[in-house]
Amino acid sequence: MVFFLQCVLSGLSAGAVYGLAALGFVLIYKTTGILNLAQGALILLGGYLFSSLAAQLGLPIWLAIVASILIMGIVGYSLERFPLRPMLGQPHLSIVMVTLALYIFFGAIVTSIWGEFAVMPTPYFLPSKTMSIGGIVITSNLLWSFIIGGGITAAFVIFFQFSRVGLNMRAVAEGHQIVRSMGISVSAIIALVWAMATIIGTCGGILSSQIRGADYGLVDYGLKAIGGAILGGMDSIHGAIIGCLIVGVLETLAGGYIGYGIKEAFPYIVLVLAIVIKPYGLFGLERIERI
Amino acid sequence: MSLPCGTFNTRYEQVFAVLRTRTHWAMIAALFMVLAILPLILSSHILTVINIMLIVMIAVLGLNIVTGYCGQINFGQAAFMAVGAYSSGLLMNHFGLSFWLCLPAAGIMATLVGILFGMPSVRVKGLYLALVTLAAQFIIIYVIETPLQSLTGGQWALRTSAPKLWGITFNTQLKLFYLIAGITALMTFFAKNLTRTRVGRNFVAVRDNDIAAEVMGINIFRTKVLAFAICSFYAGVAGSLWAHYQRAFTTTDFSFMQSIWFVGMMIVGGMGTTLGPILGTLFITLLDQLVLRFTPAMISVLPVLTAAQISSIAMFAFALVIIVFLVWEPRGLAHRWQIFKTSYRLWPFAY
Repeated sequence: MVFFLQCVLSGLSAGAVYGLAALGFVLIYKTTGILNLAQGALILLGGYLFSSLAAQLGLPIWLAIVASILIMGIVGYSLERFPLRPMLGQPHLSIVMVTLALYIFFGAIVTSIWGEFAVMPTPYFLPSKTMSIGGIVITSNLLWSFIIGGGITAAFVIFFQFSRVGLNMRAVAEGHQIVRSMGISVSAIIALVWAMATIIGTCGGILSSQIRGADYGLVDYGLKAIGGAILGGMDSIHGAIIGCLIVGVLETLAGGYIGYGIKEAFPYIVLVLAIVIKPYGLFGLERIERI
Repeated sequence: MSLPCGTFNTRYEQVFAVLRTRTHWAMIAALFMVLAILPLILSSHILTVINIMLIVMIAVLGLNIVTGYCGQINFGQAAFMAVGAYSSGLLMNHFGLSFWLCLPAAGIMATLVGILFGMPSVRVKGLYLALVTLAAQFIIIYVIETPLQSLTGGQWALRTSAPKLWGITFNTQLKLFYLIAGITALMTFFAKNLTRTRVGRNFVAVRDNDIAAEVMGINIFRTKVLAFAICSFYAGVAGSLWAHYQRAFTTTDFSFMQSIWFVGMMIVGGMGTTLGPILGTLFITLLDQLVLRFTPAMISVLPVLTAAQISSIAMFAFALVIIVFLVWEPRGLAHRWQIFKTSYRLWPFAY
């Protein structure tokens, strides 16, 4: 029982990081209909950038966080100009392939700056005390990253639901034509969406570097988070978060009870099962098609 | 499509012919002659590159059937190839089957796995199906590495032996070239002709508008699963060739990155044409070799570059080429070639 709860707990914290990755992912899917497979590489770049700024250049932690978020925000913002703007209205495969090319591109950037499969010195800033409640060991950095992840998500949801820009984003999700006729610049909103998704991904990268260190494994987060996003429903923000938490817990449980190897493949198994059993996810909108 | 100048169709067979004129026949004969003679001149290093390229070409041809013709994105082609490679290698190692049985067996094994992962197309389509294939990539590699570890050797290399036929052991690059080139030619022939049959036209109908295709009486589910089956059969054959060509391989040969390379080759070449995969594979291989060739020069000019930076140059080039093609020539090299041919036929007139 203790082992089970332990697994659930560490699964939840892993799920929180998946949730951040999935949040950026769902945001882009909702507003632009693009499946952004580059998310993993952006998380990786963000995490490495932070580690590099803080540990190698010796910047104060807060400055390193702000700087890496700013830089990654600019990267995300400029991605809209090229290569995504010329791709508007192109078939899905083309756009997905562009994000895959970006995945390779950013992977190559990381490799050329920091070396192949580099393990970065991680500047830990979260307090790492170990607590024990009824035999369950909780390290406080797990707890903190869970809280911070939840906080970022909540802040984002509030922004998305209640701010003017958030409203514009939701409008863009509904349809481009009508948004343009209301005098809102679609490309500006999409650029902002990409910047925000990248920033959220960077936060995920920084947080997960606190849990597991900054290494090349960060790149997997972007792809694995898709499993959670699908489970929750691709166009539902709270669905994606819940889906990711479920995937995180299930993954850790499977890793704990079946064997470590399955942990890597489990999000994908969940993904396939979710698609087969409930294609539009737990909270997603079912689409009806007409000719 | 315009016909070569002075050629007129007077019979039905002429309308459907792939090779229309005597010049076409002469050109294809010349191509086969060159293919037969060229390897005798080339160095074994270049032959190695060509052999690998031909194997990859088979996989990309298969991918083109499911993605280019049937419109279903497949991000797991390398994993299907792994299924073929491992089943072929294991069949030969454990049961001593000859290569000529292993090759189709590997194809069939990969087909079965392909059908399994094509099944969700009964419920979902588009991006969701693409995600299933993405998941297939990771699940298949996991299954090979962990639950089947005792059989496949997990992350360790699986060793197998070279193909044998009529007392000839195909163990040099030259002999292997003839074997691989022959099989690639056969697979290209089937791919070209498949797309001209009822099945091929069903694929195109499903790609262009699946609901309209269904209304016209095409069984979408069966068509999509069939496309996946054929695609993974190609992957299986390519995998089997890979296994007996390399004679020692690991799951890293069939990584997610490899799948992306396949999709990239298909896009650069041009989806939905048989020429596309051939041109695309050729182009990307040339690009890769070019980067490799210029690496020493680059190091001498810029000695500050580290090994990791050098190795990422190919990645940069690949990513940029894909983006450039998608933005400026989404129909690929095959389309460019078509434009060139048409304008050549009309030259010196504009139209």
